[in-house]
Amino acid sequence: MTIAEKPVRQRKVVGLTGDGAAADAMMQINPDQVAAYPITPQTEIVERFAEYVANGEVQTEFVAVESEHSALSACCGGAAAGGRVMTCTSSQGLALMHEVLYIASGNRLPIVMPMVNRTLSAPINIHGDHSDSMGSRDAAWIQLFCADAQEIYDTTIQAVRIAEHPDVSLPVMICFDGFNVSHDMERVEMLDKEEVQEFVGDNKPAINMLDPENPITIGSLVLPPFFFEHKLSMINALEGSLKVIEEVGKEFEKLSGRAQPILETYGMEDAEVAVVALSGIGGTATWTVMKLREQGMKVGVIRPRVYRPFPGAQMAQLLKNVKAVAVVEKATSPGAAASPIFEDLATALYDQNAHPKMVNYVTGLGGRDTSSAQFTAVFERLQGIAKGGPVGPRVSYIGVRE
Amino acid sequence: MAINLKELAKKDIKFTSGHRLCTGCGPAIIAKWTMLAAADYNVAMSSATCCVEISSAVFPYSSWKGVSWYHNAFENAGAVVGGIEATYKALKRKGKIDKDFKFIAMGGDGGTYDIGFQSLSGMAERGHNALYIVYDNNAYMNTGIQRSSATPKYAWTTTTYVGDAYQGKQQRRKDLVSIMAAHDIPYVAQASLGYWRDYMTKVQKALETPGPSFIAVYAPCWRGWRTETNSAVDLGRLAVQSRYWPLFEVVDGKWGMTYEPREAKPLADFLKPQGRFSHLFRPGYEHLMADFQSEVDFKWDQLQRRIASSK
Amino acid sequence: MSDKVYEVKPGTFPTAGEIPLGGIIPSNGNGVLNKTGSWRTQRPIFNDAACTDCLLCWLHCPDDSIILEEGKVVGIDVDHCKGCGICANECNSKPVKAMTMAQGGRYEASETFARHTV
Repeated sequence: MTIAEKPVRQRKVVGLTGDGAAADAMMQINPDQVAAYPITPQTEIVERFAEYVANGEVQTEFVAVESEHSALSACCGGAAAGGRVMTCTSSQGLALMHEVLYIASGNRLPIVMPMVNRTLSAPINIHGDHSDSMGSRDAAWIQLFCADAQEIYDTTIQAVRIAEHPDVSLPVMICFDGFNVSHDMERVEMLDKEEVQEFVGDNKPAINMLDPENPITIGSLVLPPFFFEHKLSMINALEGSLKVIEEVGKEFEKLSGRAQPILETYGMEDAEVAVVALSGIGGTATWTVMKLREQGMKVGVIRPRVYRPFPGAQMAQLLKNVKAVAVVEKATSPGAAASPIFEDLATALYDQNAHPKMVNYVTGLGGRDTSSAQFTAVFERLQGIAKGGPVGPRVSYIGVRE
Repeated sequence: MAINLKELAKKDIKFTSGHRLCTGCGPAIIAKWTMLAAADYNVAMSSATCCVEISSAVFPYSSWKGVSWYHNAFENAGAVVGGIEATYKALKRKGKIDKDFKFIAMGGDGGTYDIGFQSLSGMAERGHNALYIVYDNNAYMNTGIQRSSATPKYAWTTTTYVGDAYQGKQQRRKDLVSIMAAHDIPYVAQASLGYWRDYMTKVQKALETPGPSFIAVYAPCWRGWRTETNSAVDLGRLAVQSRYWPLFEVVDGKWGMTYEPREAKPLADFLKPQGRFSHLFRPGYEHLMADFQSEVDFKWDQLQRRIASSK
Repeated sequence: MSDKVYEVKPGTFPTAGEIPLGGIIPSNGNGVLNKTGSWRTQRPIFNDAACTDCLLCWLHCPDDSIILEEGKVVGIDVDHCKGCGICANECNSKPVKAMTMAQGGRYEASETFARHTV
């Protein structure tokens, strides 16, 4: 029976933290190589995977590198050698591998990386905000955002297919909040290892240094007469990957019974006002929307699960009849007109048939919690704006002592 | 195995002409010799950003023939070759690949002694089956002759000028070969452009030794050293004959000379042709020359003691 | 080899859609198509009669510009030799060197050992 023909059935349900879900997905994928360096709050992924290695439950070559820069460098070498390679990191680690991020995407290597969102120093703080992945949003990596352990498990498996797709051939990072999601134990339905193996399939690398009949030169100097075309080729692949993400998602839905939309929404069918939020706070916003709708408020929430490439057209479609939108994000772009997601969304809507009033909220920097009550206050402000009231400041901060 | 020049001449040249390295470039010869020594193997290479890298692969040209070569970044040739080798091991274990491969990382002294130090050390510590070759031309030549930690003391470079306050580099050079020997890897060697047979023998020995190996080969750069276009090989010989750059190897922790000149040439013979040391020959600067000689003596004695205690 | 990795012929200018994946170049040594012979300001003169076929010039040439046939030196690669003089320096033939350097990069018609390879 093929994946498509198998009936969706009762599956093994386990309690896993976000890190644990990532590690177990990696274990079932059984990559050729994992090169990783520990950093809180990613450490549990590496530790759990290392245990699988020691027990022989995976046949992965585990390279205990001496820094994150070397972690991604070793992954680049491994991917160039035609292997299926993975790594994982956080915060300072992502920052340390920054130059190699651009090289991995420029070399079109399909590396998959669970990335636990943790704020960037200084000040040093090990808790979750999105400053780390936002700082790398231009590195031409596909950035997927997960709000719970189940999504992390599902998305990591799909990421292998997305990255290796011949029309994509780009590295993918699977982002999720440090501690709130990485260390909280939740319910996860797991697939069988054989199902995962069948889903990810055999790696058929387009780039392979280990074919003696067809040796290759990677990383040449590309001067002005050729450079621009190289970059455009990569940009086109990144923008075209949205279609692939949706296709892989549909295939995964058939296997698992769980839909994999690129935008999770609630209440958008008739929402007059809406909040856009990634990841964990998107979950809090969704819960708030459920409660407010019970009281008759026409509110909605969009939680993008794909941030790069930015699904602007799809969001514009959802916001067509919305009068006011608040983009609530756990990141800031100091000195810019607003924070990253707001800037992306405002730009995406600029020439579309959707013109809600837009406001931006920065929340939860350094891991401070955002409560449902605070989201309620946001929706109340949005309703005031929708009724024709003053918009107020473009950027506001939630829960900070100003 | 013995290196036979007539046999070598029959091999395919895997580092082709048409590269953009300077006329008379020492590292260019090293790249060619490395490929000749490895001619009978399937080779996968990583390269640091360096003179040889930037000049050998300029899109759409590649001077690498019959060998897979990967330039990623400046400081990670060690990590990248480790990744290639690790994936090779995994694929071999899974039965997806059956060919034998040799793994070589190559970089200049800048990308190895300084910015690439950590990555090289990590590769050695983890025991990857790869050979790291550093061609030492004594500075960041690619970017315009700036000093590295491999630059000799008193050398003129574009970041250690010779003036009234300071005369060239103020620090002694880093002894990376000893540091790599301290990693207790199975094979470490020091070689020179002046001695082709010694170098190629060492490359083949390293490739046949399982585990990490490291060779530092002296590769004079006439441009950066301010001398003549035809002098690279001569200087490679004089460096050895003046005891400045002895030829030795460390096999499983045992130190031994691989070549010893019958009598040591004066250090001045080695330094005089090099414009970067011209100030050492000015009247009133004799103390600099004396200090230089004392460093050479110190390192030579240190080497002989290590060899003696290895017996 | 994947159909996404292929040689871009020097002198052509591919579009973004035509650029090979990741800018990868097949390692086929097409670097030889880049002629560096114009760099010369001096040139090696080969004296066949004095040559002992020791091959040291061939071995030490940084640009693989000593042409061998059947294991013997027969000429200089006009298209690639950069005129460094290392071959002349290494030549051990006595009493007359088989390789000497002459001023000027351009070879005369009479210097028939100088051959084009591209």
